[in-house]
Amino acid sequence: MAYLSNILFAILFTSSIFLFRRNFLLIKRNILLGKNIDRMDRPKERWLNMLRVAFGQSKMVSKPVSGTLHLIVYIGFIIINIELLEIVLDGLLGTHRILAPYLGSFYSFLIASFEVLAALVIISVILFWTRRNLLKINRFWNPEMKGWPKKDADFILYFEIILMSLFLFMNATDFLLQNLEVPNYVKAGYFPVSQFITPFFTSFSIQTLIIFERTFWWLHIAGILIFLNYLYYSKHLHVLLAFPNTFFANLDPKGKFVNNKTVKKEVKLMLDPNIDPYASIDSGSESSKFGASDVLDLNWIQLMNSYTCTECGRCTSECPANQTGKLLSPRKIMMDTRDRLEEVGANVSANGLFKDDGKQLLNNYISQEELWACTSCNACVEACPIGIDPLSIIMDMRQYLVMEQSSAPGDLNNMMSNIENNGAPWPFNNQDRLLWANDN
Amino acid sequence: MHVPTLAEITAEGKKPEVLFWVGCAGSFDDRAKKISKSFVKILQKASISFAVLGTEESCTGDPAKRAGNEFLFQMQAVANIEVLNSYSVTKIVTTCPHCFNTLKNEYPDLGGKYEVVHHTQLINDLLKEGRFSISGSYYKGKRITYHDPCYLGRANQVYEAPRKLIKKLDAELLEMKNCKEKGLCCGAGGAQMFKEPEKGNKDINIERTEQALKTNPDIIAAACPFCNTMMSDGLTNKEMDENVEIKDIAELIASAEGI
Repeated sequence: MAYLSNILFAILFTSSIFLFRRNFLLIKRNILLGKNIDRMDRPKERWLNMLRVAFGQSKMVSKPVSGTLHLIVYIGFIIINIELLEIVLDGLLGTHRILAPYLGSFYSFLIASFEVLAALVIISVILFWTRRNLLKINRFWNPEMKGWPKKDADFILYFEIILMSLFLFMNATDFLLQNLEVPNYVKAGYFPVSQFITPFFTSFSIQTLIIFERTFWWLHIAGILIFLNYLYYSKHLHVLLAFPNTFFANLDPKGKFVNNKTVKKEVKLMLDPNIDPYASIDSGSESSKFGASDVLDLNWIQLMNSYTCTECGRCTSECPANQTGKLLSPRKIMMDTRDRLEEVGANVSANGLFKDDGKQLLNNYISQEELWACTSCNACVEACPIGIDPLSIIMDMRQYLVMEQSSAPGDLNNMMSNIENNGAPWPFNNQDRLLWANDN
Repeated sequence: MHVPTLAEITAEGKKPEVLFWVGCAGSFDDRAKKISKSFVKILQKASISFAVLGTEESCTGDPAKRAGNEFLFQMQAVANIEVLNSYSVTKIVTTCPHCFNTLKNEYPDLGGKYEVVHHTQLINDLLKEGRFSISGSYYKGKRITYHDPCYLGRANQVYEAPRKLIKKLDAELLEMKNCKEKGLCCGAGGAQMFKEPEKGNKDINIERTEQALKTNPDIIAAACPFCNTMMSDGLTNKEMDENVEIKDIAELIASAEGI
């Protein structure tokens, strides 16, 4: 009986880690369904980019209010999680505040910092909730946020408030028990915040206080483990994926759009005077499809981008098309890509290989009207605090529309045939190119 | 105005310092032709040896690429690279940020490796080297707001070169609500120039023109022929074309210098 709680904790802890690992491997499998792309060049720059953008939050602060609030929650998340180490050790070994004797006064400093951060996180999250629900900030109310995305965002905020409150309640009751010199509750830690919560609990007996303290402790760690496994179902994966996402982000100038390799091969063949026109064209084992109509045509970084997206909507709020009432929303492009990828992933899990389900990313998720509204201005790419590139997906899908389906808007077809026929997007004679120098 | 072609200059056994890539807008669009001429006047005043390709120039393929026609883009690129390489071109200047971006970033991978600069960068270099100076007080005290072209700004991080030139004019440089990294597109990029916009509640160029007008400017400065067109249309739409001018930086400098 004495070890019941240790065993219970071990089961809870290992099973949630196991479940998390399973789901995380599933995400990794789905991401790697994407096409290969080499982003292992310039490793030093990549580490620096990750340090600066993900770890250092450098792009978050371009919006000072949400950036600062996010910074507090982020620091809180990282620092308070140090306490997790002790909680897990205590849970497995049946001890209480196992690290206190080893750390001495530094322990008090740590607990005090956790408490201050926890209080700041609660305040920040309440402000986040207010911004999201009461202030009617446009980017939280776009059509793609209806339903689950909105609920998901609120759930995460509630989760954080509950976890932080449980942490403080746990410390408050612990503090009381320490002062009552209850055996096992050694004097350890300094409680600058939770000491103010103690008045709520002073009227209880020692027995009840112990029950309270244990309940808060268990709910707190159980809550963390549930939250860990909630990540898989939520938009909150950025807490992990922001790091690889910034590491593998595009480091080239934003204006440089990759030259399509399949096209490059074809053009080379066409222009090679030594090519035997009757020889079968070796297009290799690679698919010779131009552009992307479904998630499997995208590369793995674009797919990782979709899992990393937190749906903050900074991209959409900077998008000139969206600002002027067009259907296009770069955030929706990322959300659609993830939704479709999860559908394709489930299909692969069920059938071993992807079995045609009569659907695709194009039309079933992303309409042509959205794709044609993009000005390729890179505002969305610039706005993303963690290096997501919705524009590359839009461009790949345009390539499919034009090169596989010839379904560009009529005006664009005119422009393109002008380029083809007379080397300019307008119907002017190329022989007249230098006339401008003559007229006055 | 005599604008030498690379063919002529090469026939004379000479090699120009820089090739001026005029671009389709600069060659054919009535408004943009004026920008080409202003820039040529600046090059001439700086006594820099330059040439254009003339009839040997063809669209870089930028609008085709952004519209999704990668095939047409690469065909254009390969043909242009063949011409440029046959003349052993090493340095290119262009007044169009779209040509600038494509030549600079997308041609190297297809075999076209050149030093590519935007005209605002080249003019700054000429000033630095003492080959050109801006002395006029023509625009002294004028209120000028600068619109960042996406393919110059965000796409290639060129924010300061055009601004430095405006400050040289002794004018008051005004920043719009959205500028530099956060600059709002004029609405022409991504091949939008050549099609009707999708359904919405406003046109992008109107939104951007309104932002510009909020700074209460005498002049809106642009550094891209397409932005220039879009903002001109915006001014006409707002019935402000009588009060506010839209000028390319090359035009501002040429007129300040009385050339």
